[in-house]
Amino acid sequence: MKLTDMTAVELGTAIRERHVTAMEAVEAVFAVIQEREAQLHCFVTLDREGALRRAQEVQKQIEAGKLNGPLAGVPAGIKDNLCTRGMRTTCASRILENFVPSYTAQSVARLEQAGAVLIGKTNMDEFAMGSTTETSAWGPTKNPRNPAHVPGGSSGGSAAAVAAGECFMALGSDTGGSVRQPASFCGVVGMKPTYGTVSRYGLIAYGSSLDQVGPLCRDVRDCAALLEVIASHDPKDSTTVLRRDTDFTAALQDDVEGMRIGIPRDYFAEGLAADVRERVLAAAQVLRERGAVVEEFDLSLVEYAVPAYYTIAAAEASSNLERFDGIKYGYRARDCQDLHQMYKKTRSEGFGEEVKRRIMLGSFVLSSGYYDAYYLKALRVKALIRQAFDAAFADYDVILGPVAPTTAPLLGESLQDPLKMYLGDIYTIAVNLAGLPAISLPCGTDRHGLPVGLQLIGNRFEEKKLLRSAFAYEKAAGGFRNCREVD
Amino acid sequence: MGKQYETVIGLEVHVELATRTKIFCGCSTAFGGAPNTHTCPVCMGMPGSLPVLNRKVLEYAVLVGLASNCEITRYCKFDRKNYFYPDNPQNYQISQLYLPVCQNGYVEIETEDGSKRVGIHEIHMEEDAGKLIHDTWEDCTLIDYNRSGVPLIEIVSEPDMRNAQEVIAYLEKLRLLISYLGASDCKLQEGSMRADVNLSVREAGTQKLGTRTEMKNLNSFKAITRAIEGEQQRQIDLLEAGEPIVQETRRWDDANDCSYAMRFKEDAQDYRYFPDPDLPPVRISEEWLERMRAALPEFRREKMERFRREYGLPDYDLQIITQSAHLADLFEETTALCKEPKKVSNWLMGEMLRLLREREKDPADIIISPAHLAALILMKDKGEINGAAAKEVFEAMFDEDVDPHSYVEEKGMKVEADTDALREVLGQVVAAHPKSVADYRNGKEKAIGFLVGQTMKVMKGKADPGAVKEMLRELLQKES
Repeated sequence: MKLTDMTAVELGTAIRERHVTAMEAVEAVFAVIQEREAQLHCFVTLDREGALRRAQEVQKQIEAGKLNGPLAGVPAGIKDNLCTRGMRTTCASRILENFVPSYTAQSVARLEQAGAVLIGKTNMDEFAMGSTTETSAWGPTKNPRNPAHVPGGSSGGSAAAVAAGECFMALGSDTGGSVRQPASFCGVVGMKPTYGTVSRYGLIAYGSSLDQVGPLCRDVRDCAALLEVIASHDPKDSTTVLRRDTDFTAALQDDVEGMRIGIPRDYFAEGLAADVRERVLAAAQVLRERGAVVEEFDLSLVEYAVPAYYTIAAAEASSNLERFDGIKYGYRARDCQDLHQMYKKTRSEGFGEEVKRRIMLGSFVLSSGYYDAYYLKALRVKALIRQAFDAAFADYDVILGPVAPTTAPLLGESLQDPLKMYLGDIYTIAVNLAGLPAISLPCGTDRHGLPVGLQLIGNRFEEKKLLRSAFAYEKAAGGFRNCREVD
Repeated sequence: MGKQYETVIGLEVHVELATRTKIFCGCSTAFGGAPNTHTCPVCMGMPGSLPVLNRKVLEYAVLVGLASNCEITRYCKFDRKNYFYPDNPQNYQISQLYLPVCQNGYVEIETEDGSKRVGIHEIHMEEDAGKLIHDTWEDCTLIDYNRSGVPLIEIVSEPDMRNAQEVIAYLEKLRLLISYLGASDCKLQEGSMRADVNLSVREAGTQKLGTRTEMKNLNSFKAITRAIEGEQQRQIDLLEAGEPIVQETRRWDDANDCSYAMRFKEDAQDYRYFPDPDLPPVRISEEWLERMRAALPEFRREKMERFRREYGLPDYDLQIITQSAHLADLFEETTALCKEPKKVSNWLMGEMLRLLREREKDPADIIISPAHLAALILMKDKGEINGAAAKEVFEAMFDEDVDPHSYVEEKGMKVEADTDALREVLGQVVAAHPKSVADYRNGKEKAIGFLVGQTMKVMKGKADPGAVKEMLRELLQKES
């Protein structure tokens, strides 16, 4: 087996057992990068020298027995909205073009403590706003499966890098599907944990009440191992929750006997591509054959999730992005006559179209006279959606559906019609509104050979049940290795 | 005869809390650090940083609320107030709009017209901003974020006050409560207490409120009094002239004793308040609240009663000593050491108040330690120093809290009590002033005062006049 075909856990084992060194692993991914990055553009920043130095350190610590975790020595990519001390962090925006953080995000710090080797920062939609990675100020990322198509977004760089072999695992962030949807489009595994499981400290905020950092990996075992490392109760993030059940790898059992799986009829209504529908229902059948009880049910409220999400996320974003003003760091417009003009020019020139659109939308829904009609109403919808899921989880262990209505669109297709792009998030965003964990798994390809994603949704804090069902599906499907390969 | 007008005043008082660290991060709140040294990613508004509430801030806010008879909100939240200005690194201030921590309270104030209740609409927690420094020489603006994130509470009163006396009494009352709690030193001049005055006038006897203005930049009780008097007159003049009063924010210019408009209501910003998603709502349990109630200190009235009972001090002394918790503590701790309550009280009422006035300081600034004050009182009692010297030592203690023993030693101020040197001087003085001696012996009691004065002069003050007088009496009796 080629080194870069290994999963992260396989590589970690090979390093611990001295078959491979951490430096060789870094050299291997940079060989792939050398070959494919010019075409794919998965990364915003790459640091080969730093990665090699770090690999040597890690190797020493492994040999000294100081590092023995499953991910020690494994090269990782980090989404460019996670702060990395000393390494440029841009959020794929001109406004942070030369921003070098003075501290490292908590999730990244935990990954480093586990011995992972950071090789660079992955491309994304600007400030995580977008579903295709095309709103990046540094140009789009291409889908490794078919470079004419987008990789999805906003964590498109992370998903594409893992799929292409440019790294073994990556961190992304998921506000409305930004980990799960690109995972689905690129044929890898992506997971959004329960809100409050992974610290947001150092994650440059988009929609603070919805944002969660999540893993993008090659299989479910990697996903569990990576989540186990980054999950933490962080005193620096008051929204994290103290959990004692974060030994997620312990949940990897190939057993769904008697597990109750619900399929929301609402998720298979109008707008869902036939190929996607067929693949996802076939996946459900696989689980049924493994002994799961699979039933259809009505989730309701699905059509309200998109407007509620875009109201809440945009409102929070409009405030979160106020700090980018040209005063303290980042881009500052030249030749300004006064403070007001400096704000205006800096922000007009520094932010891209989609970010400006959401800032305006968010400012509008929070403005006096509209707050109750939009923002408060959206919060009420959020509460109702949460209740609808609570009711569903009274009956089911896991909810099954598609990740996205279609497979990866062609480059340039989506930004023409933002509203249509927003509707593409219909199956993922309700999960964020309800704070639930969900995982995206490859479940075959459409007639053009583009990957289709299966979404499994768990109840709050029930990642283990979710991972067990995902692991069982992966086993039944014979693994995901062929999903990543280019035809 | 012209119309009678009534002035209606409500106050918004900001108080800086005396926590060691900031409201949402672990940075120091200490004054005087080099610019931007008491900062971190959180209070600098760096991307990705998150606020975490300092529990001490909640405690202080709740204590102030309990002390001012407020209802404590059991489920309170923080909101973001969005506005662009460089002193605010995130371009939003974390404050409380929808569910402030304390609501519906009151304090009792005393004025010449008797006592009165002033309602407290709410008390909320928020963060202070950084400081802009305009460098006119270089023509640029610099920012110091050391103050960014320093905890504040804002106490919003009901429009229950009618004149400047009531406003001052209200502020004095707040200052007393808050300083007794140790929640703040409440200094107007230094900005740890800031008051904005909302004022309107209406025809006497009417119920409807007039259009109000808000006055900012009031840094002393004098400025507040002047501003209130000026603003009510300005509004009455406008009404008399048939002109409308514009709802606006005005800035008090203390140097020129007048105010000018800062911004009008039409320019009012839309702050787009919404709940801060980074801070979970604060749930206050009955149990925790009970602990806070139990932690309330002895306030002024109770302290006065106890001091009267335990130390037998007269009312006048009690009034003065309990005007600040710090002064009262100093009294009590010093008395415990020297067992002379009245003497301690006399020092605090006399020299201490004189020096506070002279140095324009606040009782909270007093640095004299109880041990040193007690030592001074005992030294004077034993006649080791005389009254004039004691005052000099006290002043040095006021400025630098010197140890009175070593200070007296160093300065050679110790009284020459009953020494040979003093006896020799007495002999000389008696010999040199036979007329006064004769006068004294002939029953002119006053003459001895002159002889004491002469002795003190020769001794250069290093003697106790009382002791000298006694020794002279003895001497003259013997010789007669």
